[in-house]
Amino acid sequence: MNNIFVYCEIEEGQIADVSLELLTKGRSLADDLKCKLEAIVIGANLKGVEKQIIPYGVDILWVADDKRLYPYTTLPHTSIIVKLFEEEKPQIALMGATSIGRDLGPRLSSALHSGLTADCTSLIIGDHEDKKNKKEYKDLLYQIRPAFGGNIVATIVNPDCRPQMATVREGVMKKEILSETYKGKVNQIEVAKYLNSEDFVVKVIDRHMEASKVNIKNAGIIISGGYGVGSKENFDKLYELADVIGGEVGASRAAVDAGYTSHERQVGQTGVTVRPKLYIACGISGQIQHTAGMEESAMVIAINTDKNAPINNFADYIITGDVADVIPKMIKHYKLNTK
Amino acid sequence: MKGLKIVVLAKQVPDTRNVGKDAMKADGTVNRAVLPAIFNPEDLNALEQALRLKDKYPGTEITLLTMGPGRAAEIIREGLYRGADNGILLSDRAFAGSDTLATSYALSCTLKKMGKIDIIIAGRQAIDGDTAQVGPQVAEKLGFPQITYAENVVSAEKGKIVVKRRLERGVETVEGSLPIVVTVNASAPDCRPRNAKFVMKYKHARAVSEMQDASEDYIVLHNDRPYLNIGEWSVNDIDTKAEELGLVGSPTKVKSIENVVFQAKEAKVLEPSDADMDELMKELIVNHTIG
Repeated sequence: MNNIFVYCEIEEGQIADVSLELLTKGRSLADDLKCKLEAIVIGANLKGVEKQIIPYGVDILWVADDKRLYPYTTLPHTSIIVKLFEEEKPQIALMGATSIGRDLGPRLSSALHSGLTADCTSLIIGDHEDKKNKKEYKDLLYQIRPAFGGNIVATIVNPDCRPQMATVREGVMKKEILSETYKGKVNQIEVAKYLNSEDFVVKVIDRHMEASKVNIKNAGIIISGGYGVGSKENFDKLYELADVIGGEVGASRAAVDAGYTSHERQVGQTGVTVRPKLYIACGISGQIQHTAGMEESAMVIAINTDKNAPINNFADYIITGDVADVIPKMIKHYKLNTK
Repeated sequence: MKGLKIVVLAKQVPDTRNVGKDAMKADGTVNRAVLPAIFNPEDLNALEQALRLKDKYPGTEITLLTMGPGRAAEIIREGLYRGADNGILLSDRAFAGSDTLATSYALSCTLKKMGKIDIIIAGRQAIDGDTAQVGPQVAEKLGFPQITYAENVVSAEKGKIVVKRRLERGVETVEGSLPIVVTVNASAPDCRPRNAKFVMKYKHARAVSEMQDASEDYIVLHNDRPYLNIGEWSVNDIDTKAEELGLVGSPTKVKSIENVVFQAKEAKVLEPSDADMDELMKELIVNHTIG
């Protein structure tokens, strides 16, 4: 009882990376709290799924296996989890900030009357004092996220309601197998007892999954553009540099909003988190919602006309100048030096 | 065929995409006064989906519902200018400090008072919080099913709705039953522009709290033309439990807020000159960062 639960998403038999990342985070939080780590997976044809999950340090895995439960729809997954949580009373519940997690999480929080914090970039355990009501709380989950356009970092707590719920984006936490031989227990959920007859009013009538065309998450070199790139034409120069040095093009939210490129290239809190060996930030001011997604880059080059841009605080090289002028020079001198 | 009853949930938000240096006060709080207040972008995508349904199913009525301070009536006018039929501003100090759950509670109590509704359409998320929680939470509180990430509401007839959704790795077409909550993605079509005829009709539309200092003539005008009165509801107009409202009704509490502090790091400062760029490329090639 009062353990940590991680909701594991499954697509074509594979547990999503973000769920595995949360299992690793959940394991370390469970160690801090000296409680157990539990996981729940809901879908169809789940035989053997525990082999993908338990090695991350899961003590109890709940499996709801029924052909009506895949592909995901909101209501049946909600019904199962609400009932299970009412029985098991977890203190913390984590899920991916994915299409599924962001559809399911708020529905759960409303049904359970519990707080949910979206898109956390850090989760730690700590104490809390409610000065107004003179109450002290031990071992709460600090849900830390940038807010308000990234100008502030807020630490959110749920003092009184359980479970304390949070979503986290893919790539923000690290995934790590604890032990291939970890011993965990598997509990099969009697699905029929958990569902209501109205749970299937929404039906998926067509579904085609397309692999994301662009994959900046695993790129070794990312050339990222912000609003300061100035135009779509200038943004094309980033693609040229990416072609020449073998990288991918990323973008800040402002550049995506301005229509310079598409959302799938967006780096940051509401985009992708990246850890390339080289990150070239072009015309990006460096608001925290962007830097939260690139601060672990091994090396950062910042190109900006503003010599006081916050991005420069993350940079190994600061080039004060216009992107449209600097990028062609970089291409030229790269070519000169590799001939 | 009789039309649909649609409610569009919309929010007036500070334009966080254009945050200047004066956006933060010295004490680290947000200076809302200097940020322009705008119609939350995805709520406009939602309004467009509602308007398309109205085009398709004559007799459809669109009500825009927003919760906020008096000036949030601005976005109701924006909605009227684009083809919404009427609006309700839910405004009360009792809602101050609401997190997403307390907001959803207040909205759902309001929606329950609005009579029979077929479809509630909202933007996926608001740009000031990016949480995407209020739509699904409202759906749960009303006991309605939900369809999130809509890109196109294909049809809504005979008690059924068909919606195309955009997910991370593809698209899904789903069928649901009415009444339902639909949340709309930014990838859906942009909202149509203002219609000059509607601007003329509604430019003097005002909510009660905007009429405090109105002249005698203005009050007469509003008495003559009832459609200029934007509905304004307070906590007294809906049935609520006080312990579920505002700060008290919010399970999440802000423990602390920090201004963003950037860690200092030794950096090499370069000129955008040929000489410095040549030096940089040599260094990157030598240490195998590139090439």
